[in-house]
Amino acid sequence: MNQKNNDVILEVSDLKMYFPVMRGLLRRKVADVKAIDGVSFKLMKDETLGLVGESGCGKTTVGRCVLGLYRATAGKIIFQGNDITALSEDKMQSYRKNIALIFQDPYSSLDPRQNAGSIVGEPLKIHRMIMTKGEYKDRVDELFSIVGLDPSMADRFPHEFSGGQRQRIGVARALACNPSLIICDEPISALDVSIQAQIINLLEELQDSAKDLSYLFIAHDLSVVRHISDRVAVMYLGHIVEICKSRELYEKPSHPYTRALLSAVPIADPFIEETRERIILKGEVPSPLNPPSGCPFHPRCFMAIPECSKVLPPLHTIETGHEVACIRV
Amino acid sequence: MAELLQVKDLVTQFKTESGVVKAVNGVSYYINEQEIIGLVGESGCGKSVSQLSVMQLISAPGEIAGGKVIFEGKDLLKYKPHGPEMRSVRGAKIAMIFQEPMTSLNPVLTIGQQLTEMLVLHLEMSNDEAQKKAIELLNMVGIPAAERRLEDYPHNFSGGMRQRVMIAMGLSCNPKILIADEPTTALDVTTQAQLLEMMKDMVQRFRTSLIIVTHNLGVVARYAQRIYIMYAGRIVESGTTKDIFRNPRHPYTMGLLKCIPRLDEEEGKKLVPIEGLPPNLINMPPTCAFLPRCSWKIAKCSKKPWPELTSVGDNHFIRCYADTKEKK
Repeated sequence: MNQKNNDVILEVSDLKMYFPVMRGLLRRKVADVKAIDGVSFKLMKDETLGLVGESGCGKTTVGRCVLGLYRATAGKIIFQGNDITALSEDKMQSYRKNIALIFQDPYSSLDPRQNAGSIVGEPLKIHRMIMTKGEYKDRVDELFSIVGLDPSMADRFPHEFSGGQRQRIGVARALACNPSLIICDEPISALDVSIQAQIINLLEELQDSAKDLSYLFIAHDLSVVRHISDRVAVMYLGHIVEICKSRELYEKPSHPYTRALLSAVPIADPFIEETRERIILKGEVPSPLNPPSGCPFHPRCFMAIPECSKVLPPLHTIETGHEVACIRV
Repeated sequence: MAELLQVKDLVTQFKTESGVVKAVNGVSYYINEQEIIGLVGESGCGKSVSQLSVMQLISAPGEIAGGKVIFEGKDLLKYKPHGPEMRSVRGAKIAMIFQEPMTSLNPVLTIGQQLTEMLVLHLEMSNDEAQKKAIELLNMVGIPAAERRLEDYPHNFSGGMRQRVMIAMGLSCNPKILIADEPTTALDVTTQAQLLEMMKDMVQRFRTSLIIVTHNLGVVARYAQRIYIMYAGRIVESGTTKDIFRNPRHPYTMGLLKCIPRLDEEEGKKLVPIEGLPPNLINMPPTCAFLPRCSWKIAKCSKKPWPELTSVGDNHFIRCYADTKEKK
């Protein structure tokens, strides 16, 4: 991949998001929950970057910071060459038509009292993208057909749709303003297996047919992330521990956490499963309220040496486009 | 090996305002001693309801409308759901672990109270004995400082730890069969792996048979010896794990295997989704429920009722008219 600067659509550098914990009568700050603690990555035009990790690793927080739904504690978010880290709500509004979001739960992310057509068309009105009523109707119909729904269903309400169809409505709403970046936050984990593939394929087709559409694909399911992404960033306790092309992720995972995570994902093939080595991690993910010193993974790591508890390893390149944050690799 | 549990033509239905929902519609399966079987299907296919029926845990508007559940030579469905016979089986000889460790533990009782309750009730232990046994069980499922943790409430435990408690509870009376209904679905992958390995070791140690109910084909690929695939209240394919994955014969199973992304797949591979939606279980037509989504359908499918399970190999059965062997 040639990393010319004008090909970068989103650059996040050293992003930190701390949530204060208030206690007592005077609501004094007693601690910080370090949801993300120094995350940096670049997202290219037309690329899909997968952000994967277990619950509480901060992957959703990254997505929300990029959208400006959280005000980052420190760090920079550069979108299409402009710093959007600390924009006022007014100014952020104009960027939001370029950054859309698809939510995890298609049951709670659609307003039950709004019909499907107005859910999909609302962004057009908010961003004043449409002048006449006729234009509005045409665009909504077009969006419905793009995501594979019948435009005549626009008068129906969310409860009349199945889970997969609802998620299509969510996708149509995200597409309404022709965004150049869509943040997909666990878009398929609430759906049935046979429906998941339909949505994955839809997202892939949309990217193929759009001119410049990048995805930041946040999920916990490694097989799905690997399938849809060009590159994958693995997060653990607020840090990116490994970032590489998705092919390399399975072929040569390097960080011990990535290796354990991969080995924990069952493959639907008993013949492969028979011979696969499984790394079972000790213990559980520590609390981000009180993260371990040094490398966040060292208390559970099977490769840890005493130095691991002293320094926080930075990401270093081990091969072109393959970065790992581990002193043992 | 003797068949430990045999379920025959089980029918469980729910009477709703809009019609009768046959959630389980003539399901038959068996499990041998010390065997691990998998029951796989999507939400609403009746996999959980079939297990709850075995335990007679179906409450109104649901009812078990037919079939037999033969366990140790006796038909469990002949027992009253709340009668003493059923109670001596439920929890003691057939135990169940539920999906949500958050909601299946009582939040106002300590873990110790919940664990010892079963021991006192079923094994007639004294409180002290039960306490000792509970500590032993918690140690076995890998809960550190078990003695102290007996005093804790469910909210003091993380999701993975709660599920460990559930497993300890399930195994506490040394049951013949443990039914695990989506035991790890609510958990993270690394915790999932920890728990499944632990569960496998435990059932070997306790010489228990295990029924894993799940939608995750990967989980059963690793642990189950035989698999039943369910769709719309019926078993559509059954066979050994190796046959199901290497040589699937029912169109639904084949579709399911093609539509999940695999960790080891080749780059640029397209998923082949199963078109359409799972059927509404109210007033189902007599024909095959998979017919509207099936790419193998032949003329016979829409004329005849859903076929019976027919053998297509050694211990390998499918419910299909089409000859799915050719052009695979």
